[in-house]
Amino acid sequence: MANNQNNLGQRLALGLAWFSIGLGLAQILAPRRMAQTVGMKKSKSNTLMRMLGAREITSGIGILTQRKTSKWLLARVAGDAMDLAILGSAFSSKRSDRNRVIAATAAVAGVSALDLYCSRQLSRNGSDTKKIQVRKSITIGRSPEDLYEFWRHFDRLPVIMNHLVSVEPIGHDRWHWVAKAPAGKTVEWDAELIEDDPNELIAWRSLKGSQVDNAGVIQFERAPAGRGTIVHVELEYSPPAGMIGAKIAKLFHVAPEQQIGIDLRRFKQLMETGEIARTEGQSAGRATSTSKKYDDYVRA
Amino acid sequence: MKAACWFGKFDVRVETVPDPEILNPRDAIVKISSTAVCGSDLHLYDGFIPTMEKGDILGHEFMGEIVEVGSGVKTLRVGDRVVVPFPISCGNCFFCKKGLFSCCENSNPNATLAEKMWGHSPCGIFGYSHLLGGYAGGQAEYARVPFADVGPIKIESNLDDEQVLFLSDIFPTGYMAAENCNIQPGDTVAVWGCGPVGQFAIKSCFMLGAERVIAIDRFPERLQMARQESGAETLNYEESDISEALAELTGGRGPDACIDAVGMEAHHGHGIVHAYDRVKQTMMLETDRPIALREALMACRNGGTVSVPGVYGGLADKIPIGSIMNKGLTIRSGQTHVQRYMRPLLERIERGDIDPSYVITHRMPLEEASKAYEMFAKKQDECIKVVLKPEH
Ligand SMILES: NC(=O)c1ccc[n+]([C@@H]2O[C@H](COP(=O)([O-])OP(=O)(O)OC[C@H]3O[C@@H](n4cnc5c(N)ncnc54)[C@H](O)[C@@H]3O)[C@@H](O)[C@H]2O)c1
Ligand SMILES: [Zn+2]
Ligand SMILES: [Zn+2]
Repeated sequence: MANNQNNLGQRLALGLAWFSIGLGLAQILAPRRMAQTVGMKKSKSNTLMRMLGAREITSGIGILTQRKTSKWLLARVAGDAMDLAILGSAFSSKRSDRNRVIAATAAVAGVSALDLYCSRQLSRNGSDTKKIQVRKSITIGRSPEDLYEFWRHFDRLPVIMNHLVSVEPIGHDRWHWVAKAPAGKTVEWDAELIEDDPNELIAWRSLKGSQVDNAGVIQFERAPAGRGTIVHVELEYSPPAGMIGAKIAKLFHVAPEQQIGIDLRRFKQLMETGEIARTEGQSAGRATSTSKKYDDYVRA
Repeated sequence: MKAACWFGKFDVRVETVPDPEILNPRDAIVKISSTAVCGSDLHLYDGFIPTMEKGDILGHEFMGEIVEVGSGVKTLRVGDRVVVPFPISCGNCFFCKKGLFSCCENSNPNATLAEKMWGHSPCGIFGYSHLLGGYAGGQAEYARVPFADVGPIKIESNLDDEQVLFLSDIFPTGYMAAENCNIQPGDTVAVWGCGPVGQFAIKSCFMLGAERVIAIDRFPERLQMARQESGAETLNYEESDISEALAELTGGRGPDACIDAVGMEAHHGHGIVHAYDRVKQTMMLETDRPIALREALMACRNGGTVSVPGVYGGLADKIPIGSIMNKGLTIRSGQTHVQRYMRPLLERIERGDIDPSYVITHRMPLEEASKAYEMFAKKQDECIKVVLKPEH
């Protein structure tokens, strides 16, 4: 019985060892990719990443070659703690992308989801200079007719999009949009309807010379078996001359695809329940009713 | 008003906070008459559920009187006596319409955070971290109840608070755990954990026709309650090897279904297993200690069901996936769809089939919440369930 448990322990340790070696190799061979994956700034992190990699491999090989593995297992455990401490500092530094840090923390904390996130990072690269494009879908338990009817009145959008101050009709299928920008400022532009297929599709685009060149399309696709409507949204923002994409991204409180996800969820809540779930204004044993730390980040 | 607030690990304080207000049309305000501390609250108290903030109001098991309703609430009136279910559910979405209330798509304002952690977000829950909505809880004098036209159930009979309070969570939770076992005549069910959830799971297994229930824990008073109140056979895992004992008790085949009513903070009497999980959890290399779950998976018979009401938060290591696959196990779990069970279980209480108040060992004023948490967490004074009473 006791012997069996020991054997089992040995075999479990082997698994951990191979994970260590794999992770270590990745850190040594592709330190930049790894650093990006975990959301750390590129320049400073290569050496650090390689160091971590060497440590991973040492502990991995240690586990594989030692008869008594517990010491090496501890090294591995300590190593993980080191990784987490570093991720922790990345989490609090403004430069790092918190999404990635969260993902990487999850990875180090027990799943090797690295390739998954690497591939996601790759698809995000290059967004520094080019257009920002985002797509998002959501299923809403209402008819395409109802959803189209709501969205066709652009002036209602601020109800579901917290970053909009107002959208006013100015005639000829044009609207004046005012959005919040950092430091209490606003950005404004005029946009026109460019396509309108009742109950199916609405597309709009900012007029030439706008402060923020942007376009959007929303499609309403009837879901099968009375499951409502599948809503697809695509948005595109192009940086005006002299303004890099990163600055545009700063117009958003959070990453644009996360922003539109949040907005679509509010759209769904409003259409399905008649209200938008909220806790702002509730009681709490502190000065603010909600948590700044979490809510700002996900409610935007 | 007074409310029990979380200020950190092992730090619950009763603070004076603003009274709640109606914020949405479908809200109601409940003046709380009784509220309980749950094993789930201990995961917050022990610091294992992330995204808690200093000052968060705790509590998700409460009942009381409606004192205000929003313009959209037509089913309740001021003065109604209600029990409030812990999941906040809209009643309109795909999942609510299927009766999967705890999977509601519309009630978690922080769904983005939950999606990062779990892929998709469940419903919002009262007083249960910002991951689950950041809603103020019900260990307080008053609470704001969103979607009040869907959740709260009116109590029209003159049953005591203590007889109906647990409709808010643990009775339905134990019941759903048993229902998930798909119990057939002759079945033996093994239940890990004899806390309040385990107690109601055991009781419900018998209600649903189980032949035998084997209850596992290490606290004599909890094992005794399982024997006395429900007629379970019991095993103390500090005194016997659970896998051997279960095999012996079930003619070598293993229990037909297993229930993990322990969750992420399982304890292990001895051995490297416990050390392994303790170290990993403390260093945040895994968030959950799945000791009872592993045992349940290994013990369950071929083709059996493992039902998991115990709460897990994130990631766990060394789950015997080979056992799950090769034995053809079914795993069923979830935050309880409380709204689905309130009416039928209330009827059982009204008929006198069951009086859920038997799990209560301690009654204290809300002001003593801090002491109540400590007592329940440390199992002092044979504490099994605490009910708190706000003094209005
Ligand atoms: N699914 C839901 O909706 C839901 C609702 C309520 C509670 N819960 C969860 O159910 C679990 C139990 O809740 P509770 O209120 O009964 O809590 P509790 O803390 O009173 O009970 C847990 C019991 O498990 C026992 N235990 C610990 N390690 C064990 C092991 N290895 N083997 C056997 N028993 C062990 C403890 O001694 C204790 O008696 C918690 O995880 C709680 O969060 C889930
Ligand atoms: Zn509970
Ligand atoms: Zn719902």
